[in-house]
Amino acid sequence: MRPKDAVITEIVSETPSVRTLRFEITFDAVPGQYLMVWVRGVDEVPMSISYKNGITVQKVGEATGAIFDLKVGDSLGVRGPLGNGFTLLGERILLVGGGVGAAPLALLGEAAAAKGIEVTTILGIRGCDDLIFRERFEGAGDLVITTDDGSMGICGRASAGLSCLDLEDYDQIYLCGPELMMADVIGRCGGMEAKIQASIDRYFKCGLGICGSCSIDPEGIRPCVEGPVIRGDRLVGTEFGRYKRGPSGRKR
Amino acid sequence: MDNPVMLAAGILGTTGASLKRAVLSGAGAVVTKSVGVAEREGHRGPAVVQVEGGLLNAMGLPNPSYRHFQEEIDIGRDGGAPVIASIFGSSPAEFVEVATGLEADGFELNLSCPHAERYGAEIGCEVFNVEVITRAVKESASVPVWVKLTPNVAEISALGLAAERGGADAIVAINTLRAMAIDVESCRPILGNRFGGLSGPAIKPVAVKCVYDLAGAVKIPVIGVGGVSSWEDACEMIIAGARGVQVGTALGNAEGYGIFRSISEGLSIYLDRKGMALQELVGAARRFP
Ligand SMILES: Cc1cc2nc3c(=O)[nH]c(=O)nc-3n(C[C@H](O)[C@H](O)[C@H](O)COP(=O)(O)OP(=O)(O)OC[C@H]3O[C@@H](n4cnc5c(N)ncnc54)[C@H](O)[C@@H]3O)c2cc1C
Ligand SMILES: Cc1cc2nc3c(=O)[nH]c(=O)nc-3n(C[C@H](O)[C@H](O)[C@H](O)COP(=O)(O)O)c2cc1C
Ligand code: FES
Repeated sequence: MRPKDAVITEIVSETPSVRTLRFEITFDAVPGQYLMVWVRGVDEVPMSISYKNGITVQKVGEATGAIFDLKVGDSLGVRGPLGNGFTLLGERILLVGGGVGAAPLALLGEAAAAKGIEVTTILGIRGCDDLIFRERFEGAGDLVITTDDGSMGICGRASAGLSCLDLEDYDQIYLCGPELMMADVIGRCGGMEAKIQASIDRYFKCGLGICGSCSIDPEGIRPCVEGPVIRGDRLVGTEFGRYKRGPSGRKR
Repeated sequence: MDNPVMLAAGILGTTGASLKRAVLSGAGAVVTKSVGVAEREGHRGPAVVQVEGGLLNAMGLPNPSYRHFQEEIDIGRDGGAPVIASIFGSSPAEFVEVATGLEADGFELNLSCPHAERYGAEIGCEVFNVEVITRAVKESASVPVWVKLTPNVAEISALGLAAERGGADAIVAINTLRAMAIDVESCRPILGNRFGGLSGPAIKPVAVKCVYDLAGAVKIPVIGVGGVSSWEDACEMIIAGARGVQVGTALGNAEGYGIFRSISEGLSIYLDRKGMALQELVGAARRFP
């Protein structure tokens, strides 16, 4: 498909460095699916769908910076929804998010709650200023917050929040956030990796499974089409948590 | 080669893992992403866009440079099939530097990428350059050298003959066709590079004609590539004169890596049904002058 024109109808500043953009068009998406977002004249980058008609963007570089310059009425080109999202399984689920990784999890939590699934969320953030979507997670179930600086909730990493829960209680565990956080959680769930679903971040260029940019060693998983949500047991023994590749394909 | 179905250059060939996966999925040989002298990040996105009948791409030859690529070739070779390194450069000396810096089962010279300044088709559309570069690499390499040609010329057989004179072991045709798509809402060309190369089903009839012409002009083997997505497409290429086929864009279809087996199995069933060997089918269309 060619990029669709997505006119911005609303911009919400979630934190100083995170904004949600709502569009005139809606996406028939499974939570965890993503869009290739064309910031015209700049670049095309992957973004998870955070609302039926929106994305939530953290400013980290050129393309995301240019998104921050857009106003209501401006538009982006979007291809998608692409990839495989989260699969809802079981009666009690745990969501573990870090930073802007909360974006697809909020949509997932709402979908789960609407189906009567019991939802617990752990959000790991640097400090209280980085908290996003508090109402959405609290509306879906219980919310545990951890902060690196101790300014809110439990002081420590998201894993500190895990230690006060019995992971056996959950039918399925959903992860999205910094890779080291996700790898750490998977490491702590020894034997339960098969009930983990993690949304993976790799350098996406095509989003169509042909360019090879996103390939994960050693099996050559293509997260842009086989993911971005991948089961934890498939990630064990891979490059995940150890290294990734940049735009040239070189490891870094 | 028993299995004539190969992975085309630049499709999932960035890492050893994906090359190996193609082999384990049934590819008879795999061609890597094109690698050059220096590391390149490639063009800005969109680098690929779906259009009617196929894909438009302007990846811009992203690669980690040959200095960081041997490991990927070695991992790919673990799969047990030949790994052909696709290489590019802006001069004979650059091609030779890359070829002597890598160990592979063969080299495919990218003289055909249509969207990278100073590389690919920009030099590969000149008969003289094709011959000189082929000869330079041939003189420095001890493995087979294939030359991949651009269809964006008036007479592709002239390029094929030049490669043959330079000592090429095979011709690979075709690379993508120069093309463009424009977003009507913003009036902007969609690709970050503005224009790029068309691949997929839309270019298959062009590829079949190029293969037919080349096979009629040169004595060395021709490998057909362009829009092959089923065993019938592969068969058609072979009947046009190809000794083997490469598959690119079709890897993005729902069956993904499964495409290699479905093509080679379909081809075997066809050959059994016709009671023919693969070699007998090569260029069979020439029987009808
Ligand atoms: C499936 C998926 C979903 C994502 N969802 C979100 C989201 O909901 N919200 C959000 O803020 N971010 C999300 N990201 C990350 C987002 O794509 C990058 O932050 C963005 O591409 C940065 O672009 P830039 O030009 O601003 O940064 P640059 O200045 O280009 O680089 C900054 C960082 O972004 C990474 N990056 C740049 N281009 C890409 C690319 N094409 N693919 C992947 N990473 C890239 C670089 O590796 C680098 O680490 C997601 C990534 C993936 C793979
Ligand atoms: C995304 C993409 C990247 C490509 N990269 C290269 C490359 O690096 N070197 C090269 O010689 N050809 C490259 N090609 C061209 C293909 O190898 C092939 O010649 C062309 O796509 C036609 O075959 P197809 O229709 O089966 O894709 C690329 C094609 C695509 C779609
Ligand atoms: S981004 Fe191109 S194969 Fe995944």
